[in-house]
Amino acid sequence: MTRPLSRRPISRRRLLQGAGAWAIASPMFAGISAAATQEMPAIPALVSFLAGRSPRWERLRLELPSLADNGQAVPMRLTLSGPFASGSAPQSIHLFSEVNPVPEMAVFEFPVTPPKVEIDSRIRLAGSQHVVAVAVMSDGALFAAVSEVIVTIAACLDGS
Amino acid sequence: MADSRINLAAATRQGEAIEVRISIRHAMETGYRTDDGGKPVARNVIRNFACRYNGVPVFAVRMSSGIAANPYLRFFVTARESGTLDFEWVDDAGARGMAQAAVKVV
Repeated sequence: MTRPLSRRPISRRRLLQGAGAWAIASPMFAGISAAATQEMPAIPALVSFLAGRSPRWERLRLELPSLADNGQAVPMRLTLSGPFASGSAPQSIHLFSEVNPVPEMAVFEFPVTPPKVEIDSRIRLAGSQHVVAVAVMSDGALFAAVSEVIVTIAACLDGS
Repeated sequence: MADSRINLAAATRQGEAIEVRISIRHAMETGYRTDDGGKPVARNVIRNFACRYNGVPVFAVRMSSGIAANPYLRFFVTARESGTLDFEWVDDAGARGMAQAAVKVV
């Protein structure tokens, strides 16, 4: 004797609907978790600079091309979104490289609070890597941003 | 030493942001390169760059070989009053560079 099925069998339509919803939702969750717990690249100079402090992954943006043809000059833009409270003005932004022989690439300093923090420059990259920027505020708050770059022709290796 | 090119708006309203663009001619020798004879070329990069607005420091950069040759910088300064922006930089060899630009605030 066959027992009647206690559950309604899942129809093909229900299954596809569920799969579709999961496919849409899962990258969104991945994005949220990546923003909240961004992993700090292991750069000794950066670790000693942070000295145990953990910056927040907000407000600061480090824009680099995802693919740089030539590591000798890679365009870079740093943006720190305001507004800046009088007690928490930007003091400096430190730039660290994961692969370069000199990991401390540059420090941008603000003796007075600028109208907006947007800095463009061109950097050298000795290979594909993460570049990290850390902004230091006058109240000691730290904001960080990371960018990953693939470099096809590395600086330094070019012997010309 | 090196010369530079500076780009500023012709005039800026008081309290608004002045967009400053400067490009300095400098090889920014990394110290990892060899010359045609195979001898290493000594490191010589601009170490410090500073910008003063009517004598008051408003922006500075500590550089390394991580900044590309012929350093280019774009940054913002609050327009207070008409005057000058003074730029000064010094490299590993101790050579100093200077440049000046007039700021017109309306």
